[in-house]
Amino acid sequence: MSTINGEATKAYLSKKSVHTSLWRQSLRRLLKNKLAVFGFVVVAFMFAACFIGPLFSPYTDNKINMAFMNKPPSLKHWLGTDVLGRDVLTRVLQAGRISLTVGLASMVLSVFIGSLLGIIAGYYRGIVDQVIMRIADLLLTIPSLPLLFIFGALLSEWKVPTDYRMYIVMLMLSIVGWPGLARMVRGQMLSLREREFMQAAIVLGLRDRRKLFNHLLPNLVPLLIVIATLNIGGAILSESVLSYFGLGVMAPTPTWGNMIDAANNMIDFQEHPWLWIPPGFSIFATVIAINIFGDGLRDVLDPKQKR
Amino acid sequence: MNSILDIEHLRTHFKTDDGTVRAVDDVSFQVRQGEIVCIVGESGSGKSITAMSVMGLVEGPAGRVVGGNIRFDGEELLKLSRNELRTIRGNEIAMIFQEPMTSLNPVLKIGEQLMEPLIEHRKLNKKAARKRAIELINEVGISRAEQIADSYPHELSGGMLQRIMIAIAISCGPKLLIADEPTTALDVTIQAQILDMLRKFKEESNMSILLITHDLGVVAEMADYVVVMYAGKVVEEGEVVALFENPKHPYTQGLLKSKPIINQRQEELYSIPGQVPNPLELVPSCYFHERCAHCMEICKTTQPALKEVGNQQKVACWLYEEATANV
Ligand SMILES: Nc1ncnc2c1ncn2[C@@H]1O[C@H](COP(=O)(O)OP(=O)(O)O)[C@@H](O)[C@H]1O
Ligand SMILES: [Mg+2]
Repeated sequence: MSTINGEATKAYLSKKSVHTSLWRQSLRRLLKNKLAVFGFVVVAFMFAACFIGPLFSPYTDNKINMAFMNKPPSLKHWLGTDVLGRDVLTRVLQAGRISLTVGLASMVLSVFIGSLLGIIAGYYRGIVDQVIMRIADLLLTIPSLPLLFIFGALLSEWKVPTDYRMYIVMLMLSIVGWPGLARMVRGQMLSLREREFMQAAIVLGLRDRRKLFNHLLPNLVPLLIVIATLNIGGAILSESVLSYFGLGVMAPTPTWGNMIDAANNMIDFQEHPWLWIPPGFSIFATVIAINIFGDGLRDVLDPKQKR
Repeated sequence: MNSILDIEHLRTHFKTDDGTVRAVDDVSFQVRQGEIVCIVGESGSGKSITAMSVMGLVEGPAGRVVGGNIRFDGEELLKLSRNELRTIRGNEIAMIFQEPMTSLNPVLKIGEQLMEPLIEHRKLNKKAARKRAIELINEVGISRAEQIADSYPHELSGGMLQRIMIAIAISCGPKLLIADEPTTALDVTIQAQILDMLRKFKEESNMSILLITHDLGVVAEMADYVVVMYAGKVVEEGEVVALFENPKHPYTQGLLKSKPIINQRQEELYSIPGQVPNPLELVPSCYFHERCAHCMEICKTTQPALKEVGNQQKVACWLYEEATANV
């Protein structure tokens, strides 16, 4: 019988460098995209600063110090102090922890719900698909901000303890976040299931579970990574808007959103810009950086989705 | 020899906006144990849909098996539940496709894809499945099996991938292997190797092969028995030698004439005039009549039935039914 000799095999493999997994190839292409790398560096810096930074701050106890009210930036307080004499830099970093956590957690939750429902809808089609997608369509037809406002107002109405609000805000954000995601995942599923290798998987007599999790899910991962990344930015922004209007996470828990609330006050807006510029800039920089990075990821992982 | 696959009056139709496409229309034939049966015919004649009907791959709202029986090893496949069918697929009936490049999952390693049917049907644990996978890669003539097992499909050539597909197909020791144009996408030299390998495995394990092809060279090399399909129907079938020596149906004659023969170069390679008719607009008639040099009146109005003519050869053509043709 004919045998492909070792040399030919070796030549074939070495030509493309052994085991160039798709991931490694993608990483290499991503690193070539300077803008995306820049976005990633900014995001990483933000995360590091918010989660590690406060450990080095002497002001983490947030002691109220009336003697240091509304002081402008100085060597002692790099970004000045707020109306209660608390260090603004420390507050911004602590707020970042909450904002980033809310963004991440609600992303994880909406990606989980969205991809699970999208996968089920796209794989089983028929009546299951109809039910899931009609609910998603319904949620999509309502603009998400008004919906979030209503939720937020209800929370205040029901006097939900402020400690819990953070978690409920995460939940709210994922409720408005999953439908768009489910729709994208479902579309991808519909096209994947028509691919020849899925027919080959049917022919192998594999169970649904194996086909779904071993064959389809790995093909969805690139798309999921891209949507998940872009989703964090959206979630951070929505949380900020809600908190700014006093409908999201509330004081004393700081978030970037409720810190910019200072800009509502004409005197603070004009006289004490160090109160609202730092949180505002943090939101701006983080969201832009996440989107730049997400777009770069999309170019690499999911070229077909390019608009 | 007993038959392993017995297809009777199989009809598979597609409902489209323009009407019903009778992709497979009253097809019957058998595959016996240890035998290679080839289905030949031009593209669009319903070969793939026949194979997909056997595998239960024609599903969804548009396409449906609307009639007939498919008996595999004495069991009626069309009556089985989804789960019962699943335990037969990949285990007792295996299938390989035309495009090895797209038939493997691009994001899974070769080894993982080889292990799956072993874990599913043979109930092997991961370690044993991996060991068997490596053996299988060696068996299909690829060296450095360990390394190949850890590669992704895009790292291998088409010929190697088709070997892997064969390895996956034979992994559970199937009784029947369905191969739909397994060499069409490959280089000529690789084609021969793949066909040799299929024949070798057939002889070692006494499995049967249903080989679909449009290439009469492949038929001549592989087949024990040939089924010629045209526009969803069997127009002729028979033992390979008899059929090649004495083709009865004008379509089979045309196919054989259009095959290049070395030392007998013609000015121009013969090709059957016209095209396979659109299966939408077929009225009762011999579907080949428009392209047939021997077309008679009856061919335009009545469909000929498949009738035995001589030793193990059947043909559906009015030329061989002149006694009854004067209706
Ligand atoms: N999904 C489909 N919808 C409608 N018609 C189809 C579909 N799949 C196949 N057909 C028709 O069935 C006929 C047979 O196709 P096929 O079995 O693939 O031919 P081949 O002999 O080349 O393998 C063709 O005329 C084709 O147009
Ligand atoms: Mg075909």
